[in-house]
Amino acid sequence: MTANELNAFEDEINAFVGREVCPPTPAKDDVNTAMIRQWTEIIGDTNPAYTNEAWAAKSTRGKSIAPPAMMYVWGQEGFAVTTGRPADAQADLVSLFNKHGYTGVLGTNVKQEYFKEVSPNDNVVMEMVIDNISERKTTGRGPGYFFETLSTFTNQHGEKIGTQRFKVLKFIPQEQPAAAAAEDTLQVPTRIASPRGHDNKWWWDACDAGKVLIQRCKNCQTLRHPPRPMCGECQSMEWDSIESTLDGEVLSHTELHHPKIPGYQYPLVCAVIRLGEGTNIVSNVVGCDPSAVHIGMRVKGKVEQVDEKTMLPQFYPA
Amino acid sequence: MSDYKTLGCAEISVGDKLPSLDIDITTGLVVCGALATRDFEPVHHDKASAVATGLPDVFMNILTSQGLMTRFATDWSGPEAVVKSLDLRLGAPNVPGMVMTMTGAVTAVDSGTGVVEIEVLGENNIWGMHMQGSVQLALPKEA
Ligand SMILES: [Zn+2]
Repeated sequence: MTANELNAFEDEINAFVGREVCPPTPAKDDVNTAMIRQWTEIIGDTNPAYTNEAWAAKSTRGKSIAPPAMMYVWGQEGFAVTTGRPADAQADLVSLFNKHGYTGVLGTNVKQEYFKEVSPNDNVVMEMVIDNISERKTTGRGPGYFFETLSTFTNQHGEKIGTQRFKVLKFIPQEQPAAAAAEDTLQVPTRIASPRGHDNKWWWDACDAGKVLIQRCKNCQTLRHPPRPMCGECQSMEWDSIESTLDGEVLSHTELHHPKIPGYQYPLVCAVIRLGEGTNIVSNVVGCDPSAVHIGMRVKGKVEQVDEKTMLPQFYPA
Repeated sequence: MSDYKTLGCAEISVGDKLPSLDIDITTGLVVCGALATRDFEPVHHDKASAVATGLPDVFMNILTSQGLMTRFATDWSGPEAVVKSLDLRLGAPNVPGMVMTMTGAVTAVDSGTGVVEIEVLGENNIWGMHMQGSVQLALPKEA
């Protein structure tokens, strides 16, 4: 797309800002106890304000209310959407995006504000406009635009009961690696697999067998870790290895909080550990509260199976 | 006033943690949650439609996630709490077979208005963050 074409496209999408998606429309059904009961059973919400009339009558409110998170439910179109949605400004905007290759769609944020609670026999009236469209953004999914709809909810007396802002990313999908999603069963994630190359596969293979080895120069006996082909002291490429006793001391440590990576157990303490043999290793400290880990702490390692596929040394308080 | 206790704003401090809640994501919860919120988009009840979008199975609709987030907040606060806002960022889908763990902590307390804000994280055990955001509740001044 040339710069001129991009400008023309952006003029076209920006013309949608402020357009009405639906005029104020009363819900087909008033707020009612049957729909509230079904929702509370499925969500598992035992709040008596929703379903316990006797409690609600004596509560501060004096009556039961609908769950606030049902605000958008009352105006839903219904089963007809299984065969497509009626044309409106939002649908037109979406098809304009699709026509220009922005076929990906992802709801990214939804914010509801509540000003007034509703109770059975109230009617929820909803209107919606396209409130804003972002400039073109580069996202992890691909280049795209965020558009936000603003829904406003009133009751049968015209009192404003709440708003909803819903942000959607329309993007040009990028080539995805062969989809793991096609698998029929969910795989519980394991830790990121160790990269095993020519120079370090032997070390990981020993780890799989329950041993932590330390590389030793055959020429000058200097120990080194992580594994590499040449001795830093004498440049010899001849080496063998010794097995560590895994007695160690914490040189430095940190706790990982965010982002949590699937496959790892939290709390997660990562530490640089000076082994008794003299080399350092990066590993996890487990078996104690993260706040108990400190520099100089004596630790003892064990090679353990940490998930279905992974053997790793883990260090415990000595 | 009853066997249902509601926390008073004066009892709450920033940093207070909410009891965590594990939700088993079942086909029943996904499909029935979609129907209870009148969300008949096929991807929430028809596996073939969901698979066509690149996911392994039907996935939870946003309105069910919103419901679970307010439930998590009011399970903790008690029933006299008035939900003022619900702001959530959407992450990885919830698909049957997963377990979503919800955790939360108080991030703000306004003793003048009685409004407290809690940060909530819902993470599933396979893909991580499903939703993350905040809930504002207006609490009675005293319990
Ligand atoms: Zn050497």
